[in-house]
Amino acid sequence: MARLIRTEKEVEGRYEEVWLVVEEDPLEQWPAGPGAVVGRPASRVDGLARVRGEARYTADLQLLGMLHAAVLRSPHAHARVTRIDLAPALALPGVRAALGPGEIAALVEEPGYVGAPVAAVAADTFGAARAALDAIVVEWEQLEAVLDPEDAVARGALTVEPRHYERGDVDRALASADVVVESTYRTQTLLHNSMETHQAVCEWIGDSLTVYISTQYIWGVRAAVAKELGMPADKVRVVCEFMGGGFGSKNDPGEVTFVAAELARRAGRPVRCAMTRREENTAAGNRNATIQKLTVGATSDGTIVALAGEFTNAVGWAGWSASTEGPMRMLYACENVRTVTYGAKLNTPPMKAFRAPGFVEGTFGLECLIDELAAKLELDPLELRRRNHAESNDGMPYSSKHLLDCYALADKHWERRHEVRSRSDATWRYGVGTASQIWYGGGGPPSYAWTRVGSDGRIAVVTAMQDIGTGTRTAMAQIAAEELGVPLDRVEVSLGDSARGPYATLSAGSSTLPSVGPAVRAAAADAKRQIVEIAAQRYGVAEDAIDIRDGVVVSADGTVSVPLEELVGILDSAQILGKGARGPNPAGMSVLTFGVQVAEVAVDVETGEVRVLRVAAIHDVGRVVNPLGAQSQVEGGVVQGIGHTLSEERLLDPETGAVLTTSLDAYRMPTIADVPEIVSEFVDVPDAHLTNLGSKGLGEPPIIPTAAAIANAIRDATGADVHEIPISREEMLRALAEARERAKAGAKERVGAR
Amino acid sequence: MPELRLTVNGNGHALDAPVGESLAHVLRERLGLTGTKIACNEGHCGACTVQVGGVPTLSCITLAHRVDDEVTTIEGLRDHPLVEAFVRADAVQCGFCTPGQVVSAAALVASSPEPTVEEIRHRMAGNICRCGTYPKIEEAILHWRD
Repeated sequence: MARLIRTEKEVEGRYEEVWLVVEEDPLEQWPAGPGAVVGRPASRVDGLARVRGEARYTADLQLLGMLHAAVLRSPHAHARVTRIDLAPALALPGVRAALGPGEIAALVEEPGYVGAPVAAVAADTFGAARAALDAIVVEWEQLEAVLDPEDAVARGALTVEPRHYERGDVDRALASADVVVESTYRTQTLLHNSMETHQAVCEWIGDSLTVYISTQYIWGVRAAVAKELGMPADKVRVVCEFMGGGFGSKNDPGEVTFVAAELARRAGRPVRCAMTRREENTAAGNRNATIQKLTVGATSDGTIVALAGEFTNAVGWAGWSASTEGPMRMLYACENVRTVTYGAKLNTPPMKAFRAPGFVEGTFGLECLIDELAAKLELDPLELRRRNHAESNDGMPYSSKHLLDCYALADKHWERRHEVRSRSDATWRYGVGTASQIWYGGGGPPSYAWTRVGSDGRIAVVTAMQDIGTGTRTAMAQIAAEELGVPLDRVEVSLGDSARGPYATLSAGSSTLPSVGPAVRAAAADAKRQIVEIAAQRYGVAEDAIDIRDGVVVSADGTVSVPLEELVGILDSAQILGKGARGPNPAGMSVLTFGVQVAEVAVDVETGEVRVLRVAAIHDVGRVVNPLGAQSQVEGGVVQGIGHTLSEERLLDPETGAVLTTSLDAYRMPTIADVPEIVSEFVDVPDAHLTNLGSKGLGEPPIIPTAAAIANAIRDATGADVHEIPISREEMLRALAEARERAKAGAKERVGAR
Repeated sequence: MPELRLTVNGNGHALDAPVGESLAHVLRERLGLTGTKIACNEGHCGACTVQVGGVPTLSCITLAHRVDDEVTTIEGLRDHPLVEAFVRADAVQCGFCTPGQVVSAAALVASSPEPTVEEIRHRMAGNICRCGTYPKIEEAILHWRD
């Protein structure tokens, strides 16, 4: 039965109250542990297509008559277009259409950052379109630009009102604490750099628009385009079968879609609008920089009694002020917590969600702070974390939590620290550090799926979700195969087309598997019920005695043992159709993911070089559907986390606000030569309260604790407190010098006391 | 336009292409061989890697008219054992860099059929994978003949 509920919906750590129509989910969870297909490692069902270069990405699409767009971007951090003349561009050979500021909302008259889109042209070739940009005559009035986040906060230039949170009495708790640690942490601006840049191809047929787009959310694109263009949503078809990475930056249509759609309408031909790599690094979004002024107070036995933080998110011209304070509020059992979060409005490129936005940054600060506390208390950092384990999320019970089990699995990695430290010599110091992880990842309704069983006994799963590279297509095939009792290779998954499948949620917020997976299972169960009914009538056996195992319809008494394709073969070209919906989340419960990582590093104390040697990642995400794909997610998250920690940084010219790191030699992402040994482990216990699967998402958790685990390993190795990422050689040498000074002062103090 | 003669995956082509067009562009736009990806278009990421005379080459910064040896793209390596090895090891996530990885790896195993981890890390360091499949790529290449 359909049920209308009022509920809180969480996406990427942001909540909103919404009405939702949900369907009941009567299926019992499968028992814990591997089934016939689910819980067993599966290589990707679309692996061959991708590896052989056959998978067709948006970038590969070539429509007949297709034009190419190029976008004129602001050279100023803040300016107004006082005059623009597109005519010289339109007069050039091969140029078919042009758009100026204000003609569509995506092209602006008052650009607020270097790289903001102002005008666009469509031409026969991309080269002709780019050349035509140079012919556009623009006059600018330059306006004052704010580039420094602290300056912006001081002036009250904010994207939203400051966000305050408080529980207990922090001041009183700090006054009573035996130890107080205060530190300021800084995290840098980071760029997603998906391998496929942001792009869309738009084609009009009559009053219907098809948008082929590299996106994490075809339904979000459909809704936004329909709204902006004033069209019925069903007139907008959005297609994305394969896409080359997003990491949070491709949740919305972006200017590429609106530019392509309008130019296509004017030119009467399909138009591709694709960002170049340099545009991608300028205008496609970023993980914004943060400044975190943090305080922790504890009693001498290691009980954390107070946590306080002032967080500044350097949001930029657009975007949202992410929950950088979230880990401080949620990770530990602390009765007194106070945070304030500022979102600085700047004349810098816009923030977009990037793999656990806010929590990656906030976990770096908090988990370094906790380790500095451990050092001061002379307590084992892992033991300190155990002592402050939270039993509820601010009073709300968890649907499931196995963080202590993660710590138990981490023990053997943590024990290695004695041996690792002993490798140290005068130049290279070795150490081990740890950090914990908390994040969302429960997903939620609505999401839907259909199944189709053909007379050949093969199963099609149809759901209009995306597979952004996380392997969700494979996981859905596994779930359907498990429920229907068929081998994995009998299942095809059709996705990525809003006109050819039911609604499914976005591929962000670690939500695809926990949202769409239960719907797929329900759709498979619906089909299976019908197969069982048919078998009961065909063979004269009670329905409850029939099952399907490994593709064979069997009865409990052994009288029936018929291949599925033989039973359904009577359908000829007809089909059995199943449908399924994602049920509600457990009411009154906090659905979260947990984990811990242990990093081993070597630090050259003369040059400041840091090498990460090994990372062990232990995560609790409920039931693991595909252990192989899960391992890949963890490794990918850790690799990206290492890049965040050691080498990646978007640099701005402090005078002009222009991005300096627009190319991939300047913006340094990890290569295969930078990757350490990565060990991944899972608690793998289904969340008994969450859906018919008990699975949570894993896209984001593994990137969250990596930076802090590395920084804490550096402290273990050298005694130096790193306070910012990336940990450049300068930052490392600064921290080492500070540690030497502290040691000297401490020695003097001891001498004086004597 | 000067005539461009190319041999790609054993097939001869005579094309009209302007001087200055990149090999990647010719392969993708003129020959429809879209397995070769363009991700940065300035020779920094390796997604466009093809082999020219067996040597891994960044096709996005190679002028098509300067190519004087046989070109092998991912389409010519589809039955290479590395393809299965990549799938088996799960050395593919979004897959956009993967054809370039396979082309580089094929050149590596051709010259060094039993590469060490150090060799793999050295010879594959020019192919960026933002999804971070590196541990799996290493595994796929180590076990490419299994």
